[in-house]
This record gives sequence, structure tokens and C-alpha cells, in this order.
Amino acid sequence: MVKKGRFGIYGGQYVPETLMSALLGLEEAYGAIQNDPQFAHDLAAFHSEYAGRPTPLTFCRNASRELGCRLYLKREDLVHGGSHKLNNTLGQALLARQMGKKRLIAETGAGQHGVATAIAGAALGLPVEVYMGETDTQRQALNVFRMQLMGAKVIPVRSGTRTLKDAINEALRDWVANVRDTHYLIGSVVGPHPYPQMVRDFQAVIGRETKKQVMKKEGRLPDTIVACVGGGSNAIGIFYPFLSDDVELVGVEAAGKGIGTGEHSATLCAGDAGVLHGALSYLLQDAYGQVLPTHSIAAGLDYPGVGPEHAMLKDARRVTYDAVRDREVLDAFMFLSRMEGIIPALESAHAVAYVMKNADRFDKDDVVIINLSGRGDKDVAEVAKIQGCA
Amino acid sequence: MGRIDDVFLQRDSTAFIGFTVGGDPDQETSGRIARALIDAGTDILELGVPFSDPVADGPTIQRADERALAAGTTPDIVFAIVRELRSYSGIPVVLLTYYNTIFKRGVDRFYRDARDAGVDGILIADLPVEESDEVTAIAARYGIDPIFLVAQTTSDERIKKIADRASGYLYLVSVLGVTGVRSQVSKGAIDLLNRVRKHTCLPLALGFGISTPDHVRACNHAGADAVIVGSAIVNIVEKTKHDPEFMVQELKKYISAMKTAGHT
Ligand SMILES: Cc1ncc(COP(=O)(O)O)c(C=O)c1O
Repeated sequence: MVKKGRFGIYGGQYVPETLMSALLGLEEAYGAIQNDPQFAHDLAAFHSEYAGRPTPLTFCRNASRELGCRLYLKREDLVHGGSHKLNNTLGQALLARQMGKKRLIAETGAGQHGVATAIAGAALGLPVEVYMGETDTQRQALNVFRMQLMGAKVIPVRSGTRTLKDAINEALRDWVANVRDTHYLIGSVVGPHPYPQMVRDFQAVIGRETKKQVMKKEGRLPDTIVACVGGGSNAIGIFYPFLSDDVELVGVEAAGKGIGTGEHSATLCAGDAGVLHGALSYLLQDAYGQVLPTHSIAAGLDYPGVGPEHAMLKDARRVTYDAVRDREVLDAFMFLSRMEGIIPALESAHAVAYVMKNADRFDKDDVVIINLSGRGDKDVAEVAKIQGCA
Repeated sequence: MGRIDDVFLQRDSTAFIGFTVGGDPDQETSGRIARALIDAGTDILELGVPFSDPVADGPTIQRADERALAAGTTPDIVFAIVRELRSYSGIPVVLLTYYNTIFKRGVDRFYRDARDAGVDGILIADLPVEESDEVTAIAARYGIDPIFLVAQTTSDERIKKIADRASGYLYLVSVLGVTGVRSQVSKGAIDLLNRVRKHTCLPLALGFGISTPDHVRACNHAGADAVIVGSAIVNIVEKTKHDPEFMVQELKKYISAMKTAGHT
């Protein structure tokens, strides 16, 4: 790292002045718990007793035969709540409690991060308010109800594009007004320093477990690891412990209806450098720096920004970024459900679609790991609607 | 000495800084609004360069940004508005925007174009002093005052750092929160004013939430050098946008009352 809070040229702290003291306080508190055995112990206990960690690394017998490689899934869909998001929310909620914060706020797109924040808040006795774009509250209605069941208040956001980007804007505005007693629990490796680093560290448990598990099962490192990229937290979580290994890493973005149509959220594949939500990274923007509306079949990927560490890894060519379309994602959703009896989240199905599309590239002995970031129950109604079944 | 400094030389009343979003509701009306503010005695004009994601702004200014963007406003159009004003008045003009609109154009090019248009100062709502090395150096190159925000949560140590970098005036955020009309000037705002005063001789302007003559009197009594009024002006624009004649009258009436209150 060149400068504090930077990944190469990316990252930084581009926030209104009112938030600076909170970021400096968070940075300090996070620094303090990094070498705190008690914190590590508490978090590990939550992982094993509550969240269901470690999650399995599942060998896919049928899909492997079909695709001609040795395919494994890292089963973050089995984490309590149904996605990897809880790894981060438990970590941040524990930290917030330690900092004496009285209230958690969060943004959510697919609703998975909101659900994971509601879970962590309930478990740790902290009230939770979740900002969610109005469009997303409609397409992910089940998750709205889940959050409410666990005592969280869901606030529909009607500004801008009424999706994840605007939910973050609204959460930031809330934080500016309530910065003294509120912790903003960001759901991905985005936002100002120290969030990208802190969220990555909380998610890196995915990669650490994966490494141990694949060594045990295969006696070697994998050839390829594939993960979907929205903000980039599940991807960096599994990539991070492999960054200095000879392992191909692929991040898969949402090409939506096709990058040429402009209706997509493929930030790294089609964007350029810009500042949104506190960090310099890649951004989907027009010639004047206005942020563009995005589209994805997966609400959790429907975001015009991406974590700054991914921007650095792209420029350094350490990670390959590609994008798949909604249509291919639906096929992958069906494929994995039928082949393995595992219904993936539409977000995670992007990674599955990439492997299906690139199956020719893999040898039958190649070990390929997909980070299955979440389960698809939340998407079943939406897919049924698209397929004309409901 | 720049035009902004001149405003604060030997002043015995609270200066009135009026904010409006450039291009709201459209380029031509925006120019008229600016002239109305000037005619009514505004001392410094703050013009917003609209951004799609204004996280420091409440609903009123968000809607103004949306209107301006929907009307096709770009930084070039805001520069054109300033250029046109320059043939009308020597009032100091400060641009308010978010960093990405500057970054995308290229910092040097943005400041050069701003200087050429006749801009005196630039405030970037999401650029804290820690990230401002490049911007302050370039601002100095083009003789543009870098205006910075100071908040109630800003530590004394950071106030010093900010005051070292800033010129023109310091923009004191009088509330914990985003822009938008509030019912009163909080004690926190007055405390902030007194705290900042210990660290700098720069003129201190209180903004965010200020909207009534009573607010201006409170700021005046507390010793503020200026008040900044944004959302209240934008509210008038929003309500009267279909009748520009009436809009101009309403703006003039409002600002005259605010100016008078600053003379107590
Ligand atoms: C299951 C799942 N995977 C992935 C994502 C995308 O986020 P990230 O890129 O931070 O992992 C989300 C976001 O809501 C999600 O719910």
C-alpha cells in the first residue's frame, strides 16, 4: 500500500467533513481489535456456535462430469441467514458494541446484507435500521419481511434510481446526522477507508477455510477460483488468502442485458476511474462524472461502483474480471439446481455461469472452486415470474 | 487579495451568502435567479454544480440537482452562467460540488475553466483536508480560494489543519446532518463558532439549516461573519418555478428581509 487507506491509487476517504471523526475513530478501534485475542475469540465463537462455520467445500459430482473439470462449491449459502454477508456483519456489530455505539444502520440491495445486519443486531442487542431502494423492496419482498421479523426497521428509499446506490446515499445521510451514537455497517468492500480493508478482513475467513479444505481434499491448491462481484466482498474474501499463490482468480460481474445495451452493472469491465461513496475506484459514469443507472437480474450486483482493492487487482492484472448476462445467469441457476440440488442466489449464479461458459478452457483434472456466496430461496419467486410460472 | 476577501474587509454587518444550484430549473432561469440574488444584496453567490449522488444534501437540494441534471446541466453550462454574470456584476462566485465532477474533468482543467469563467472559490463537499493536497495546489495556481467545511465533530487539531489550507472563508456546518431548513440555530453551532474562532482569523460563515431573519440575528449576535442560505432559496425556486416573474419578486423580498436582519 502506497498511502494509508489506499490500494495503489484507489481507495481514500472522500466524505463530508462531519463523518471524518467517525472514520478516524473507526480506524483506531479497528486497529485495536486486530491484535485483541478476546475479540478474535468472541468472533470465532459466533462463527462456530451461531453462524455455522466452517462452511463445507462441496465436490460437485454431477456438474463436474457435465463441465469436464473438478468443480467445488464453497458453501457460503449455508451460513446462517443464507449468504456470506453474516461474516462481515458479526464482525462489525461486535466492533460497534465495543465502541459503545447504540444503533446500527445499513444499506441493502438484495436484502441479504440487511438480513445479516438484522441477525447480528438481534444477536448482540443493537437496534437496526436498514435503507433499501424501493425497487428492491418490491423485488425482494421476502427479505423485507425477514428483516422485520428479526426486529429491524426497513426504510424504503425513493430518491434517485431507488436501488442499492441510493440506499447507500441515504444511509450516509443518516450517519451524518447521527454519527455520535450510530455505526454504519457497510455491506461490502466499498466506502471510505477503513471499510474496504475491514470488510475484506472479516470476509477473508472464506478463503482461509477454502485453502485448508482444498489442501485436504486435493492435496494441492486449486487451478481457478471464481466469484461474483457486486461490491466485491465475497470475491475478495475468497481471493485474498490466495493472492500470492499461483492460482487463477476470476471475478464475474453482471452484464445484465448485454454491455452494449448500457443496461448492466459491469463496473470493472465497462467503467473507468471515479469517486463514489467515499472511495476512488472504477465507476459507471457519464462523460461529466454523473453516476449512471445500472441493471442486473441480481439486485445484489445492481451497483455502479466496486471495491477499490478490485480496481487495483484489475490494473495489476492479478485478477481477471469478466461479465455474464442475465440470460446466462438464469441458465446457470437452473443448471446448478437440477444437477446438484443446490439453488444458488442469482448473484452467485453469475460465477456458475462463467464456469459453464468457459468449460472448454478447463481440463478434466483442473480444480475449479466457485464461491457460492448465497442461496437462491430469496430469488425463487422472481425467477418463477420471469419463467412465466407464476 | 481576492474578491472574497474584499467582502469581509471592515464589515459591520453579517454578510449574506446565497446558494442556488446552477441550471435549476434550467440554464436561463438559473441566470435570472442569480441576478435576482445579486440585486437583492447577496454578498457572495454560491452556485452548485449538480451531481447525481449528493450525499451531503437533504431532499430539497437533491431535487434541485435532479431538476438541473434533467435540464441537461453540465459543468460547462455552470461556467457559462458564471461568465454571463461577470458582465453583470463583480460579486464573488463560489462553486459547490462533489469531487467526482472535478476528478472526471481533470482537476487542472476544471480549475482553469473555472478561473477563466470568473469563479473565485470552490468548495468540494466530499473532499476532506486529508485528500486535498492536489486540489489546493491547483487552486493556488489559478488563484481560486479553496473553501473548506468544518463540522461540530471536527477536532481542534483538524480545525487547525483545515484553517492552514483554507482561504476566503471557513464554512461552518451548523448542524449534525445534511442540508435542509431547520427550526433554529442550535447551541452546537454557536459552540462551534466560538471554538473555531480560537484557531483562525479567517472569516467564519455559518450554513446548513439557516432560513429565517431570526436565525440571521442569532448568528450575528454570536459573531458570525456570514450566513449561508441554501435550501430556503431553493425552496422558493421549487415552489415558483412555473412563474419566473413571481419567483424573482419572492427571492428579492426574502433576501431583503434576511439582509436587514444581518445589520442588527
Ligand atoms: C448472495 C450474494 N452474493 C453476492 C452479493 C454481492 O456482494 P459482494 O460483491 O460484496 O459479495 C450479494 C449482495 O447482496 C449477495 O446477496
